[in-house]
Amino acid sequence: MVEAARSETEAGMRTMTMVQAIHDALDLALERDPQVLLFGEDVGMGGVFRVSDGLREAHGERRVFDTPLAEAGIVGYGIGLALAGMRPIAEIQFAGFLYPALDQILSHLGRYRHRTRGRFTVPMVIRAPYGGGVHTPEQHADSPEAILAHVPGVKVVIPSSPERAKGLLLAAIEDPDPVFFLESIKLYRSVKAEVPEGHYRLELGRARVVREGNAATLVAYGGMVEVCVKAAEVAAREGVELEVIDLETLTPFDAETVLASVEKTGRAVVVYEARKIGGFGAEVAARIAEDAIWSLQAPVLRVAGWDAPYPPFSAIEHHYRPDARRVLEAVRQVLAA
Amino acid sequence: MEPLRFIAEDGGRADRLPFSVDELVRGYRAMVRARFFDERAMTLQRQGRLGVYPPYKGQEAAQVGAALALAPDDWLVPSYRDTGAALAHGLPMSQAILYWRATPAGWRYPDDLRVLPFYIPIATQLLHAVGVASAGRFQDEDWVALTTIGDGGTSEGDFHEALNFAAVYSAPVVLLVENNGWAISVPTSKQMRNPRIADRAAGYGIPGVVVDGNDLTAVWHASREAVQRARDGEGPTLIEAVTYRMGPHTSSDDPNRYRSADSTAAWEARDPVARLRTALGAMEAWDDEREEAMVAELTEEWQAAVREADEAPEPEPQEIVEQVFETMTPDARTAWEVLRRG
Repeated sequence: MVEAARSETEAGMRTMTMVQAIHDALDLALERDPQVLLFGEDVGMGGVFRVSDGLREAHGERRVFDTPLAEAGIVGYGIGLALAGMRPIAEIQFAGFLYPALDQILSHLGRYRHRTRGRFTVPMVIRAPYGGGVHTPEQHADSPEAILAHVPGVKVVIPSSPERAKGLLLAAIEDPDPVFFLESIKLYRSVKAEVPEGHYRLELGRARVVREGNAATLVAYGGMVEVCVKAAEVAAREGVELEVIDLETLTPFDAETVLASVEKTGRAVVVYEARKIGGFGAEVAARIAEDAIWSLQAPVLRVAGWDAPYPPFSAIEHHYRPDARRVLEAVRQVLAA
Repeated sequence: MEPLRFIAEDGGRADRLPFSVDELVRGYRAMVRARFFDERAMTLQRQGRLGVYPPYKGQEAAQVGAALALAPDDWLVPSYRDTGAALAHGLPMSQAILYWRATPAGWRYPDDLRVLPFYIPIATQLLHAVGVASAGRFQDEDWVALTTIGDGGTSEGDFHEALNFAAVYSAPVVLLVENNGWAISVPTSKQMRNPRIADRAAGYGIPGVVVDGNDLTAVWHASREAVQRARDGEGPTLIEAVTYRMGPHTSSDDPNRYRSADSTAAWEARDPVARLRTALGAMEAWDDEREEAMVAELTEEWQAAVREADEAPEPEPQEIVEQVFETMTPDARTAWEVLRRG
């Protein structure tokens, strides 16, 4: 489902990983708009995940460059660039390294249009790899999306596939307001898919139905979408058709798509890999309770990270991140109700 | 490092002044205008016609001197205490009143004005100034950014990161520290071990200059040189202006709780406005007649500004959810309808 603003020439398809698709989007953005800049720690040599490989060589070291090792600096510097006419794309090496920049994010990033009544805006993208599942060292596997989604004036986008990542990233870069773009580390190279060549944009602020079904609704985003799809495939073998919704954009939240599905199925399980309490899935569940409670046949359940930090203990870390088995357990519970 | 000074503290002696008499008069007028605004703003606040207001009395030379060094296309990225600098760089008085009255109309500055809104989160503005400065280079513009901060603000991490970014990228930015001796109630001696803030520039490989912050000519001259250096591609400069906050931290603060009247009285003798007035008098470039004419002009400007501010429309509740994103979210749209109904 690739709609919206396809480029002038009808492009072919190419098989890409998520890393390649994101690289492709960055390459196109730098090519199309001279105001676009790409920077961050180690971005010049390609970044620790090689997402920006070759972009400095292709677009020059003036536009693709390294920063000092200072996240508040990266975000604050980017805000200044954006205020004065540039289109900065900042990479934070890992989402768990974003915390030094929280003052800039909470105090300024999403506030500028509001406090200057539209005189100044911050059309900036902050990309960061997030999430667990690949035995990274401590602090490298955090999922801080709920912290970011709680900030007024910023959008939070989390793609679940190479094709979605490319189109959503191009839309984020061309968006007039600040956008966080979180990239699941688990999905970076584990998934290969057909991705349209050339420029295309996917609309921000829209959830999408990944798989249709009538028995219950699974709501997820980013790395949890494939987990939910896997769970749905298992359930389908037993004749249970689950509907899977990929939020894609957390804020602005597309409640309409979620509610329409829950009104149809009467059952919902929300899946996310951050800590359960106060996670973004809590917002989803609350919205369902507010606006669709009369359609519910069962309590809304959440499958999420436990009440603990993401564990740095590689032998047992897979117990933290939700998997298809845990999702199916919750599904059985809502179906039994 | 001794602070750069051209005019003696009592205004009696002026050596090697690098300014023409006309420039000095222009600088004096701008400084008096800043003070005129500040004193009347405090009065408005006491009358309940302004919100919480951070006065800058005593720091006019530091603020105005630095702002005078800017060209109209240059940017000012000010801390909350820098209304004086903003006025000197073109912020209309009526706009400043509406800003501190916390009225939405006051928060949208004129489109051609290169002044960012006042910053409350300490030191965060410095990084923005570095970005704004660099943005000019990416667009082949030769603008420079001036950003201002107090002595307390230099303790923040963003101060360090901004200086480092500015230095590494050789950004055309001038960083002015108004060292006014106090961070609310904490004296500079409890804020830092090395009392010479300008010395820190060496740690970043950039020039650091300390000036008598109550000598308009010293601040103006150092800023003019720093702006020129920035424009010529030679990178950032850190300027420390040694000055004193004569009034409270804000209209809600009582400085008698933490500092003696004596320390403030000592600084009264170094008042920046009186100092330049005395020096201009000695040069026969200024007299009571001109002073009276100027005050009459300022009174007129002030009264017109207050009138204009008073005539600004009252904000509507739904303005709360406007201007969050370019396109309103579904949730904000719902809120907008609720708020509009009242």
